[in-house]
Amino acid sequence: MRSSDTRTISARDPHIGQAHRRETARRHLAGRGRFVTDIALPRMLHAAFVRSPMARGRIVEIDTSDAAQSPGVVRVFTARDLNPLCQPWTGTLDHFASMVSAPQNLLAEDEVLWAGHPVAMILARTRAEAEDACELVMLDIEEGEACVDGHAALAEDAVRAAPGLDSNLCFQTVLETKAVDDAFACAAHVVEGDFVFGRHTAVTLEPRAVVADFDAASGQLTVHHGTQTPYQFQDIYARHFALPESRVRVIAPDVGGSFGMKLHLYNEEMATVAASLQLGRPVKFVADRLESFVSDIHARDHKVSARMALDAEGTILAMDVDDMTQIGAFSTYPRTSVAEGNQVVRLMGAPYKMPDYRGRLSVVFQNKVQTSQYRAVGHPIACAVTEALVDKAAVKLGLDPIEMRARNLVPDDAYPFVSATGYSFEKLSHEACLSKLRDLMDYDALRAEQAELRQKGVYRGIGIAPFVEITNPGAAFYGVGGARISAQDGAVVRLTPSGEVQCAISVTEQGQGTETVISQIVADQLGVSPEQVKVTTGDTDTTPSGGATWACRGAGIGGETALRAGRKLQGQILALAGQILQSDPADLALAEGHVVDANSGTRRMPLAEIGRIATYRPDTLPEGADNSLTAAQHFAPSGYPFDFTNGIQASLVEVDVETGIVRLLKHWVVEDCGRIINPLLVDEQIRGGVVQGLGPALFEECLYDETGQMTNASLADYLVPMACEMPDIVIGHVETPTNDTILGAKGVGEAGTAAAGAAALNAVNDAIGPLGAQIHQTPMTPLRVLKALGHV
Amino acid sequence: MTMDIELTVNGEQVRESVEPRMSLADFLRERLQLTGTHLGCEMGACGACLVLLGGKPVHACLVLAVQASGETVETVEGLSERGAIADLQAAFHDRNALQCGFCTTGMVVNAHALLGETPVPARDEIRDALSGNYCRCTGYEAIVDAIAETARKRASDAEASA
Amino acid sequence: MKSPAFDYIRARSVAHALEAYRDLDGEGVYLAGGHSVVPSLALRLQAPAALIDLSGIDALTGISLDDGWLRIGSMTRHAEIASDPLIRDHARLFHLAAPHVAHPAIRNRGTVGGSLSLADPASEFPAVALALRAELEVAGRDGIRRVKADDFFLDIYETAMEPGEILQAIFVPPVRTGEVCAFDELARRRGDYAMVGAAVQAVVEAGRLADISIAFFSVGNKPTRAGAAEAVLRENAMNDTAIAAAQAALDADLDPSDEPQMPASVRRHLARVLLGRLLGHLGTTA
Ligand SMILES: Cc1cc2nc3c(=O)[nH]c(=O)nc-3n(C[C@H](O)[C@H](O)[C@H](O)COP(=O)(O)OP(=O)(O)OC[C@H]3O[C@@H](n4cnc5c(N)ncnc54)[C@H](O)[C@@H]3O)c2cc1C
Ligand code: FES
Ligand code: FES
Repeated sequence: MRSSDTRTISARDPHIGQAHRRETARRHLAGRGRFVTDIALPRMLHAAFVRSPMARGRIVEIDTSDAAQSPGVVRVFTARDLNPLCQPWTGTLDHFASMVSAPQNLLAEDEVLWAGHPVAMILARTRAEAEDACELVMLDIEEGEACVDGHAALAEDAVRAAPGLDSNLCFQTVLETKAVDDAFACAAHVVEGDFVFGRHTAVTLEPRAVVADFDAASGQLTVHHGTQTPYQFQDIYARHFALPESRVRVIAPDVGGSFGMKLHLYNEEMATVAASLQLGRPVKFVADRLESFVSDIHARDHKVSARMALDAEGTILAMDVDDMTQIGAFSTYPRTSVAEGNQVVRLMGAPYKMPDYRGRLSVVFQNKVQTSQYRAVGHPIACAVTEALVDKAAVKLGLDPIEMRARNLVPDDAYPFVSATGYSFEKLSHEACLSKLRDLMDYDALRAEQAELRQKGVYRGIGIAPFVEITNPGAAFYGVGGARISAQDGAVVRLTPSGEVQCAISVTEQGQGTETVISQIVADQLGVSPEQVKVTTGDTDTTPSGGATWACRGAGIGGETALRAGRKLQGQILALAGQILQSDPADLALAEGHVVDANSGTRRMPLAEIGRIATYRPDTLPEGADNSLTAAQHFAPSGYPFDFTNGIQASLVEVDVETGIVRLLKHWVVEDCGRIINPLLVDEQIRGGVVQGLGPALFEECLYDETGQMTNASLADYLVPMACEMPDIVIGHVETPTNDTILGAKGVGEAGTAAAGAAALNAVNDAIGPLGAQIHQTPMTPLRVLKALGHV
Repeated sequence: MTMDIELTVNGEQVRESVEPRMSLADFLRERLQLTGTHLGCEMGACGACLVLLGGKPVHACLVLAVQASGETVETVEGLSERGAIADLQAAFHDRNALQCGFCTTGMVVNAHALLGETPVPARDEIRDALSGNYCRCTGYEAIVDAIAETARKRASDAEASA
Repeated sequence: MKSPAFDYIRARSVAHALEAYRDLDGEGVYLAGGHSVVPSLALRLQAPAALIDLSGIDALTGISLDDGWLRIGSMTRHAEIASDPLIRDHARLFHLAAPHVAHPAIRNRGTVGGSLSLADPASEFPAVALALRAELEVAGRDGIRRVKADDFFLDIYETAMEPGEILQAIFVPPVRTGEVCAFDELARRRGDYAMVGAAVQAVVEAGRLADISIAFFSVGNKPTRAGAAEAVLRENAMNDTAIAAAQAALDADLDPSDEPQMPASVRRHLARVLLGRLLGHLGTTA
């Protein structure tokens, strides 16, 4: 029998690579989405939380008696009632040597550690009544000194951000090659800068939402949870509430955006589960937008000092980087708050031949909302610092920014290549991307136009930023550190009695198009159309266990899982068909809903007939025939620990040098995510990602005052990128499939975000550079631009 | 205190008793199970809750249900079921102008109103009309494209039938 | 973000509204478009016993010419302000400003009267009323009075209206020959409250500025007439020297607060830039 497992993707896979539309989109367009926020169950209670109004303090007294009497209130919980139900959690991992973090539990016990820390939980018939009661809780907190600035927090005598800490240092690491100091000693040029990257947050349009439903009679806990990682939460709920895993079902229906934010554990979700366990009734919690700002994880918050050494020709010799990142009072669980900084120091200089490097990372506690992984973890920081320095070097050497990159990018024929920070690259395409970008944006014409407009007092700037993105991670990311986070995924594919296909898979959908991509891949393995493949995701009871969606793995790992499951089922179908048709299965294939002659393509029998016989008339099969039409397959990446992708972005901006207002005129991306399964979806992932990079470059920032209060915690004050301010985005592709898998797909979800901010930063500096100005801080607000220009 | 209100929602006469504090959005979602109207900020800053009130797009989070008494309300479900936005829906689908779908209903309601007032808007006019509609997923361009394409098709269909 | 409980009264007439307000003993809040009141309730910034809805009162609606003066009913929605031809021709600054107020859907509900009554120093319309030298008709228990815009805006969210008084209409003086105007604002994003904004109206006679009024918003605790800058310009030709002098005079006119994200010096700088641009624009239209 011909082994179907060695065949690579070919013309026999007519749907892989095609721009299939997302069928689920139709439901949303008709207003028939089903989000956790939409769920209403019988006898359901609504939760609201009383939160700490200050960043740091000691709880003297909580008086809930008035609140308990408020109309509609069913129960009021404080830490004393609720915390004993839950095993505390601690956000550390073994592979981040000697990292520390204090244990956490549902509600604040003795101390409040950030403004927004939940202190009491109200359960009422309606959310409005629960909020009424929140106002009646008397909270006596003795205010303490808060740690707000990371540098100050590191001082010997600084107050500690959480009880039990020896210092405010959560984690520290240094990466270093031997010759880094020599490189700087003999450099012809050294460029340097101190950079500040503001805190921002995910602002998914659907806020965090959970409905926990514990049925005491059966011992079954069902949690409807707007998350990208249902299995992870199944494991967490089972372990922390001491329930058998089989009695915990987590369902993630439609999720209104996630971007990494919804895979962390939050006090409120845990407390909602605890309350349902305690009351035996469904409990719903939906974070309102004000709560989102003070409880959803924040992102970034880095201060970076960096230098770059170059020789006389502009060859990059080394970088020396010090990153201090501020994470709140705790490291998040279960992925920690260290991964961001860790990726910052490992991705510096990633696109370049640069032989030497030193990167220092300090992860510091303070009394603010926790920061953690958000789309493009660490990438935007590493990319912005690297590319800002490359542009500074280009100016110093009088080289065009494109030429500067051409001299330093890892050549396309130099793979496999190991970076100075120790990453192994299988095969990247920086040179091809650079040259494609140059054509796509008509670089020379833009430069000419820029020069012409400058004569008229119009300041335009062009910024270039190549990048490397980490995708398809294996267990090296979290598993090796002891986290119960799956790096493998699973799929069950079956042929229905009428010859259609169903696939239940562990990767999840938040609108990226996971289900569509999976249907295309499975369809090609079974000779049907994607419309005939029904894909089920997001329910731990009905899909096999897996990592789901994190770190760009849906298409690369989920797709490979589906492909292998599909091929397994293909083998089963062909074996059965061979017996029915008295043919050698090796001479048969599947196409257009039929078993066909592998060579001539002649139709031999419809799949529906196989389904019918196997299901209703197995008695007619030859003796010993196996009528199983279900195949299960799990897949974990092996080979390279990650599949790196690469690409390059460019931004065109206009700076109003009198007002400091920056206008984004256009943006370009050339991207290589390996095999493209669906170009329509890939392009929109990139566009959405770019805008999530441009937002923090120009607008988004969680602002805090000196007491640790977030001062712009509403959607009226926190500026998200909106339609009028965002540019059109032109996209080009280079395709370098990975050989790690049959499918050859890598990830693409974070590529846009990785370098968009860096390109915009370089563009603004290109615009204002001729005026002797430079900006090293994001977001680039009018105030900061005006300061850079010396107007104020 | 509760008050009796009577209004027309998606062509149907509705009578309910509500607390005056209940927003039109909560009324539609919780009382009528019209969950296509979404809530993203409850303060007028995201556009997820847009519905038509007397034919004009308004934020259902900023209108009280009692204020809508005696009025006509249409939600995305109503527009969809009476076929008024079939071409817009198709254009959004073709262009993949949505990802998570949470902003989508507000976008579609707004686009429908825009094309009613300005049949062939320029790209800038489309972006301007969407200036209060937040989308975290798409980056907006595909949405602008889908609306522009619908306008173009409607114009050319009108020309063909003229 | 759910509002606290309150009662709701739909006023049939101004008299009914005034009476309802009195009966509530200071616990009532008028409701117009609700686009400032409702969010503030959702944020639980206030907890009135009842909302008194003014939007159904016929006497507060309508746009008409009355002896050369334009009367704009206080319940006129922002969207009508933007599109109404009488406003375009007789109170052009309102027409120019309206598209800068929030977003289209908000303009379908928000009312000009609500905006002026609220007196948010960052709002566009109060500054427009100042630049137009409009008069505001206010009804109270003691009858009806007219207040000049210059005397109406007292402080942040504070007007010359007594508690319980109702703004009935805005009266805009007749258009003069040679009248020109300009409006602009510097905002971070489309529809945002501005970092700085200004409305300018002038009368040009034989190349000179026979009259000018300049009103800033988002600079300080109320919409502000730039009297010193106006004085520099009045009776002068509009040229670069005059513009520079007017910009310099702004320092005396404006008193912005110092905020971490927007120091007073930056707002002053932006105000000068904006004034320069508006006057330059007026110069080309005149
Ligand atoms: C997201 C968002 C963005 C916005 N952006 C802007 C912007 O850029 N610029 C801007 O100017 N505004 C903006 N607004 C505010 C909007 O324009 C408001 O609608 C307006 O300021 C108030 O008008 P209203 O009719 O909604 O008044 P309401 O909210 O009903 O009332 C406002 C206040 O005035 C009182 N009041 C109302 N009418 C009268 C009356 N006739 N007599 C006496 N008292 C009265 C009320 O009691 C209340 O205190 C924004 C609002 C939102 C939600
Ligand atoms: S929910 Fe109404 S505008 Fe955001
Ligand atoms: S599609 Fe998710 S917010 Fe727009």
